[in-house]
Amino acid sequence: MPDDPLLILEGVERVFGGGRKLLGGHAPSVHAVQDLSLRIRRGETLGVVGESGCGKTTVARMIVGLDHPTGGAVTLDGTPLSDLGQKALARRIQYVFQDPIASLNPRKTIRKSLEAPLRHLLGLDAEARAARLESLLAAVNLAPEFLDRYPHEFSGGQAQRIGIARALAAEPALLVLDEPVSALDVSVQAQVLTLLDDLKDRFGLTYVFISHDLSVVETISDRVAVMYFGRVVEIGPSRQVFGAPRHPYTHLLLRSAPAPGKKSQVPEDANTELPDPYNPPPGCAFRARCPRATDLCATDRPKLDATPHTSACHHPHLPEDDRPRRPNS
Amino acid sequence: MASYILKRLLAVFPVLFGLTIIVFLIMAMIPGDPATAILGSYATPENVAKLNRDLGLDQPLPMQYLTWLGNLLHGDLGRSYTLNRPVLDEVLERFGATLVLAGTALILCSVFGLLAGVVSAVRQYGWTDKIVTFVVLIGISTPSFWLGLLMILFFAVDLKWFPASGMYAIYGGGDLPDLLHHLVLPAVTLSVVATGVIARLTRTAMLEVLRQDYIRTARAKGLTERRVILRHAFKAALVSVIPVIGIQAGFVMGGAVYIETVFQWPGIGSMLVTAISTRDLLLVQGGVLVVASAYVMVNLLADLVQTMIDPRLRG
Amino acid sequence: MTEAAAAQAPKPNRKSTGTGWFALLSRNHLALAGLVVVVVIVILALAAPLLPLADPNATAPADRLLRPGEGGHLLGTDALGRDILSRLLWGTRVSLAVGLSATVLAAVAGSLIGLVAGYAGGRVDNWLMRGIDMIMAFPYILLALAIVAALGPGLLNALYAISVVNIPFFARNIRGITLGLSRREFVDAARLSGQSHTRIVLSEVLPNVLPVIVITMSTTVGWMILETAGLSFLGLGAQPPQADLGSMLGEGRKILFTAPFVSIIPGLMILVLVMAINLLGDGIRDVLDPRLKSGALSRPVARTAIRRDSAPADRRHLPAVLEVQDLQTQFHVKRRVYRAVGGVDLHLAPGECLGLVGESGSGKSVTAMSIMGLVPTPPGRIVGGAAWLNGADLFGMSDEQIRRLRGAAVSHVFQDPLSTLHPLYRVGDQVIEALRAHAPLTHRAARDRALDLLRLVRIPNPEERMAAYPHELSGGMRQRVCIAMGLANDPEVLIADEPTTALDVTVQAQILSLMDRLRQERDAAILFITHDFGVVSAICDRVAVMYAGRIVETGTTADILAQPLHPYTDRLIACVPVLGQPDRPLAAIPGRPPSVDALPPGCAFAARCPRAQPVCSAREIAFETVAPGRAVRCLFPLEPSNAG
Repeated sequence: MPDDPLLILEGVERVFGGGRKLLGGHAPSVHAVQDLSLRIRRGETLGVVGESGCGKTTVARMIVGLDHPTGGAVTLDGTPLSDLGQKALARRIQYVFQDPIASLNPRKTIRKSLEAPLRHLLGLDAEARAARLESLLAAVNLAPEFLDRYPHEFSGGQAQRIGIARALAAEPALLVLDEPVSALDVSVQAQVLTLLDDLKDRFGLTYVFISHDLSVVETISDRVAVMYFGRVVEIGPSRQVFGAPRHPYTHLLLRSAPAPGKKSQVPEDANTELPDPYNPPPGCAFRARCPRATDLCATDRPKLDATPHTSACHHPHLPEDDRPRRPNS
Repeated sequence: MASYILKRLLAVFPVLFGLTIIVFLIMAMIPGDPATAILGSYATPENVAKLNRDLGLDQPLPMQYLTWLGNLLHGDLGRSYTLNRPVLDEVLERFGATLVLAGTALILCSVFGLLAGVVSAVRQYGWTDKIVTFVVLIGISTPSFWLGLLMILFFAVDLKWFPASGMYAIYGGGDLPDLLHHLVLPAVTLSVVATGVIARLTRTAMLEVLRQDYIRTARAKGLTERRVILRHAFKAALVSVIPVIGIQAGFVMGGAVYIETVFQWPGIGSMLVTAISTRDLLLVQGGVLVVASAYVMVNLLADLVQTMIDPRLRG
Repeated sequence: MTEAAAAQAPKPNRKSTGTGWFALLSRNHLALAGLVVVVVIVILALAAPLLPLADPNATAPADRLLRPGEGGHLLGTDALGRDILSRLLWGTRVSLAVGLSATVLAAVAGSLIGLVAGYAGGRVDNWLMRGIDMIMAFPYILLALAIVAALGPGLLNALYAISVVNIPFFARNIRGITLGLSRREFVDAARLSGQSHTRIVLSEVLPNVLPVIVITMSTTVGWMILETAGLSFLGLGAQPPQADLGSMLGEGRKILFTAPFVSIIPGLMILVLVMAINLLGDGIRDVLDPRLKSGALSRPVARTAIRRDSAPADRRHLPAVLEVQDLQTQFHVKRRVYRAVGGVDLHLAPGECLGLVGESGSGKSVTAMSIMGLVPTPPGRIVGGAAWLNGADLFGMSDEQIRRLRGAAVSHVFQDPLSTLHPLYRVGDQVIEALRAHAPLTHRAARDRALDLLRLVRIPNPEERMAAYPHELSGGMRQRVCIAMGLANDPEVLIADEPTTALDVTVQAQILSLMDRLRQERDAAILFITHDFGVVSAICDRVAVMYAGRIVETGTTADILAQPLHPYTDRLIACVPVLGQPDRPLAAIPGRPPSVDALPPGCAFAARCPRAQPVCSAREIAFETVAPGRAVRCLFPLEPSNAG
């Protein structure tokens, strides 16, 4: 795939809090995302994995313009997002929410929810909207009679299809999917994942797929970024990251993920605390949990390099190291 | 915890400051010439002009406020023209009586409200619950001033158990038993509505808490039902009921206006009603300010108690 | 939401039988009575000019203070000889008008402030709410008094005063709801649909806030009528000769001892009116508040109700420490019956770990919670089956016997460790409490034991952590505390309901390792509820797969994974992506599980099953043992060659 970036995040930072207090001094601040750079290529699926509190949802919200970075820049096709209006941005980038029912207004019919982007973003007239609605529902395999129902009448899987239909309504180039299947039952997850795969081919979409579920990300992504404590610690083609992880954190994630037929191989000791977000340590944030940490890690923050598969680690697992035991392989 | 208390104490000052602004502004809303309003329509023009100068009413509003606030900080709330004595003296003298009445009523409504609410929740849909719920409904729908009249008719006139009015007997009274004897009817009357409100909210809070996962945990641990209700559920319910008790303190203090009028209790409430009808506005201002400040303190107390119970609130 | 709760709050049915708000209200007899009384009073008040009443203001000194019934005056006359009945109806008219207007004024102003503050957030919110707090800093009636004092007595001024002091109730209520709604995903979605802020507030937020505004209005109208009456009673509201109920009462007070009826009658009218309004208001709240609609505020009692018609005769698996036979648990919500568990058999050998696997709504949690009677009643009840703990039937025991077993012989670990620990007690005290509930330990001894337990579950710095509150610990630490509590009294059976689902993967792996070691060390049997075959592999010896309230297949973990026999098990395994096999095609299961309040006859999976035949839906399908320790509920199970 040629390196043809659709969206570029350059040194993006998001700090919460930290405003000036009434009586002088600064309120405590949390760095949710720090120095994050990503190039999202046209037509790819970039998976973003990480555990709770790693900043992955904040990244997603900044990409769609629901939140704004406090530092760095996000550019879409060469135009900074801050120069695009909210509407212009919404026509190019759309969002699929984690909780499908909560993302639909409980007091509006599906028709009204789906019409909003057609009316406000595309400015279609009533006739064009009706035609478009039909094709949208068909695209996500829902019958047209669903249009006049209310969200509570739907199962999670159906509601998520509607959420996807709404995101597709404005014919965007990029979809940001924030944990789109984690609220669904396993048997329904597969339906939605298959649908997403199908839609991507059909409409030539680019996906940013955010999830905590490694196996889902592995299945759907071309490239994967692993986040820890507000930063990307490893990024590369999906097969390489999952097949030959470099960062010790990625290693730990892969060893921890349960899989059918795999016995637990992780020590039970409780060294899983994240560093204090109000008072982040210098050096590598994973240091305290890392079996490979040295003094260097305590002082120098490791950086990513420009190679296709790279990790922010002073002592990465290199291909000649023994690979992590893979389940069922 | 200590730093939290300090923070809360400091936060009281802006509130008190805001109170003075609102009280000042309300009095500035008075249509027509305030001096005439204060002195009454029979005032001589000289007196009006003098008062205007004294009060600084020829100054712009913010200046007037600062002068007024300055005097306030020196304990000078002006003079009551009807009583011809300093407002502060009169207000403080009457405040004690209100405090006794409202304090007693607050204790009554907290005790009985909590009790009724817990019993009603534990016996949900049983007869006890139905009776309590119905009595509570009557309680919160009854005009307290009317209830006071009924109390007087029944317990003072018919049964002659308690005196109909006043705080002490005119002859030979003045000791504590005499005070308590006079206190019963007004305090009970004043507490009825607040008891109802607290009982209702306690019931709802208990029902809400009893559905929580940690109550299931308590039962899964094999605790006795008594312990589950009293130690686990009640404590958690208390967190949401305490601010309500704080707010009820305000209702009780305000409701004292009616009750003091009905029972001729010599407190701030009856003073305010008289002062309003005689247009003694400085007295009104002083009375409102003092009662409101007391209410702010009660709410501060409620806040601190709530924080003591709930560690999550300590920030 | 736990499975039990999910079953409790069923989705409103699509073909709902026309349950409009009126139908709901009419089911509430008290509210209906309130409605009738309010309607009658309103009609009488509206019709006052048309009724053959005396002039309410016509004085007749000769007829003063006639008792009710005397001289053709149904309710007597007042001190000036005016007809009380006439004055009562005209007064009610005034009181109602003032009360309603004040409510509308306060509702509009307060809701507007609340909407703006809640939606805008940040500085706007801060300033608006500071202002509201200022108003709230005054005792309620006192501020109204001050306003009336400034504006001068009069009905209209009283109305303004009452409205102003009620604005904070609306503002605070509406702001809270709006704030919650503004953070909901559908508001974000509306923004991404290109809608403007004004449009979002009006068309997305307001419709969701409206019920709360109506509830607040209906619960404050009565209150406002009382307060206006109060001001009039003090002579600060309605001015003579105009009368409202309060001023009639005030006038009557002066002659209380000679003619009590003059004040009793208007007071009674206020009481009846306000009580009717309050009853109606409560009814409206119940209808509009969805939490109450589903009966969610029912208090669960200490133990699940047991209504067995018959009980199974005896155990079948003798070495089992716990055996469940034909367990049936139902939820009765209104007229619907949700058969959450429809006849489950399972058994646990000492020290064994059995995984109970299924999707949400399959009844796995309800099965587990039924054993020790922890399914909430109402609406849950156990209607059949038996559970034997070492030969003793748990469903036949007294509440006290069950209490002594809970947390001792049988303990539980639940899903979300934040909500399952009591937020107001230190974790150490909660562990100590678990110990002392079953053993006569001194506090000191219990403390030492608790410390040992925290060490056992590998909590670093246990002395320090004992004093921590649950919110101060991470999710993993909290779950370790819960496990320590579960192990406190050396249980024979540990029931673990999705204990790792709420945790991050790395923490989940540690907790699974920990539980696996502890059960081997302590020889405790575990009933492990999960939806994840990966988790099952990590810890379970045997697996039972549940679907629509029944077990469809059971066997050892290795057998089930290698060779599922039931088509559901097969498809369930096939539809989950497996780490390390990114190219494996995902085979989604079409359709969705049946609702347990409308189960089809025969096999509940037939509608989604590729192997189904007409006969599958014709009759009950038996749970057949196909090999030792292996059973399946299917007429056409997969052959080994078809599996996988």
